Amino acid sequence: MSGLAIDNISMRFDLPNGGHVQALKDVTLDIKQGELMSVLGPSGCGKTTLLNIVAGFLAPTGGETRINDHVVEGPNKERGMVFQQGALFEWMSVRDNVSFGPRMAGKKKADYMGNVDHLLDVVGLQDFKEKMVYELSGGMQQRVALARCLANDPDVILMDEPLGALDALTREKMQGLVLKLWKETGKTIILITHSIDEALLLGERVLVMAPRPGRIHKEYRLPFAEMGVETDLREVKEHPDYTTTREEILTMIWDMEEEIMGRTEVEE
Amino acid sequence: MAGTVNLVCTRERLGEMLTELRATPIPDGQVVGENFTPADGCHIASGWETFSYQFGTLGSELWTETINVVLASINAIPYIFGYVALIVMFMFVWRAIKTFLTPTRDYTSLKTVTFGDESAVRSETAASIISIILIFVIWGTFTGSSLLPSFMHLPGPFTGEGSFTYTVEDADGNRDEAEVFVNVITAGGVAEEIEIDGGDGFAKDDVTTVSVYSSEIVSWDRNDDVNRRDDGARIVAINGQEFQFDPNARDDNGNLLDAAPSFTLDFARVAITDRGTINVSPDPGWQMQPLYLPAPEVVWNRFIEIAKYGYQNVYLTVHLGFSLFRVIVGFLLGAIIGIPLGYAMGLSNWFRGWFDPIVEFMRPVPPLALIPLVIIWFGIGEVGKIFLLFLAALWIMAIAARSGVSGVRITKVHAAYSLGASRWQILRHVIIPNSLPEIFTGARVAMGVCWGTVVAAELVAAEEGIGKMITTASKFQNTDIILLGVIIIGIVGFGIDMLMRMAERKLVPWKGKG
Repeated sequence: MSGLAIDNISMRFDLPNGGHVQALKDVTLDIKQGELMSVLGPSGCGKTTLLNIVAGFLAPTGGETRINDHVVEGPNKERGMVFQQGALFEWMSVRDNVSFGPRMAGKKKADYMGNVDHLLDVVGLQDFKEKMVYELSGGMQQRVALARCLANDPDVILMDEPLGALDALTREKMQGLVLKLWKETGKTIILITHSIDEALLLGERVLVMAPRPGRIHKEYRLPFAEMGVETDLREVKEHPDYTTTREEILTMIWDMEEEIMGRTEVEE
Repeated sequence: MAGTVNLVCTRERLGEMLTELRATPIPDGQVVGENFTPADGCHIASGWETFSYQFGTLGSELWTETINVVLASINAIPYIFGYVALIVMFMFVWRAIKTFLTPTRDYTSLKTVTFGDESAVRSETAASIISIILIFVIWGTFTGSSLLPSFMHLPGPFTGEGSFTYTVEDADGNRDEAEVFVNVITAGGVAEEIEIDGGDGFAKDDVTTVSVYSSEIVSWDRNDDVNRRDDGARIVAINGQEFQFDPNARDDNGNLLDAAPSFTLDFARVAITDRGTINVSPDPGWQMQPLYLPAPEVVWNRFIEIAKYGYQNVYLTVHLGFSLFRVIVGFLLGAIIGIPLGYAMGLSNWFRGWFDPIVEFMRPVPPLALIPLVIIWFGIGEVGKIFLLFLAALWIMAIAARSGVSGVRITKVHAAYSLGASRWQILRHVIIPNSLPEIFTGARVAMGVCWGTVVAAELVAAEEGIGKMITTASKFQNTDIILLGVIIIGIVGFGIDMLMRMAERKLVPWKGKG
């Protein structure tokens, strides 16, 4: 197994009025097996477009994505996805949601049930297996989404602001859970976020993207994710390097946002 | 016929000049523009004149109707205010009782903001109960129901004996007074004979029998030997009240010189007719005639009767059974075709394009408008009515299924693809369950529409059915059965909706929780 290669990806959306928006331009990335990369950037910099291309929901207008040495041509269970919210199947119980992947693959119940129960224990939902998802709180629902993704055993997990809709406290707990799951399973994870703290705490690699056209602006390799596996996330935040990096990225994104405000181009 | 032409004609009527538009056939052998000459005072209307007259006439007709409606509405205003006053009165009474019985307050009352807070407004059960009871009480008061104590009844029609006197003046100016005995009997009752001896003088006493809610003309001179109307005798006073009215005093056109007088007595209204006789209308009271509104117990007894013995040789269960059978079969057929059609429209561009014009055109056509066509095509048998209900349900179900499919969140579909589901599995496990709440909403609407349509269709043509029962009853003026039919239709319609809601809660508990 090898990693994920994003090769010279470009994405151009044609607009009904004849114009077009360059959402991504010549994005090239190599993500190694087991890496956790977080992607940051101002609104409209093409983060979600990039993730949708990697997931296979969108076909890029240029370049290609390769995983396990084949080209991505559509969604596939080797690339699992965790959405911000609303992607659970509310007509199914928690257990049925988590076992959806294996069931669709036609596996025998005996073969997957142990793993499903184990994952529900790991995400702390052992007492909610038979509940319907609409009976759970927002944080619990995201745990179900994580467990559902893991139950399918993907090579790469793509997370599109998975914790964006949660309150601050729940969010912090869930960040710890994501780190724990990453360490335990060794999955490759690409995480898109709006929160600089989240990107720094979770990302081994942090990618800062710039808009118009969407491109990679700067890349960091940070030790905080490794630190966070062992220690409390709040202690990590007090690390002097953490504060400096945080300020640096904040200024960077702030400047980009300022620059956008001055322009009047059509958004994607 | 060579054709028709619109003529604008001006003519005089009652001293008024009148201009009107007339569609006039052109006589054989004549051609407009050659040898056709319009009648006197007429000319051929231009296209503009044709339409301006049509709209002018329509406008004035509609204006008259508008005034009629407004006047009728104004009459209703005191009743509406009275009812609102009752509602408010019961509200204060109930609140007083509640405060008296339970000094504790509920949490809603702790809110400072309750007006505009939708969550603070809940249906007050007591109000619903009082409201329903009040309907029956009002019904009972207006019909003199035996279920209510009689002091709650509005004054009923006068029954029994009453009398008034009239004074006759003959051509020579001689006067005599006589009495009219009126025996007012209930509908279908038997009159007791009133013995009279005729009294003294040339005017003889009269006796008449009237049913409640009707009136009777008393030819007061029928038992008089002399001084009849033909002899120039006329009435000059009722109960001693004199008036000036001579039925023989007429102008050259035969119009009366004086207006015929009328008197409101304690038991009846007595009017002098244009021909000089007496018209007696006993006081109808405030209650409704049984023909207009039968009392609740009458309707209930009728319900027991036709439930046991049927109406016009058809049992109530058969009427109801046929109506429900049509609704259920029609609805099921509509759903069986409509749901897959909606899915196809929601999933395929081609099907969407193909059926969009058809569905969008048929949807606003009320099924009732198709009844004549359906009768022409299928006759009055079951096939026609079920076809009608099928059509009524079909479009609703198709649109519900279509919007159910279109309403699926793309993230759910993306998630399912990422979890390795195939297209078929996504249809089966994501799209169909996701559309079920919408389909249930559509099914509830469709059942409601079908129930309304079946009754209307049966009104037009059916052998049996609850609507047919009403039509038959209306022909025999069995108002109690009409009312019973209306109540049954309402209850069954409500019951259907309740069942659908229960099924919805049971089968799609996730509705509205996505």
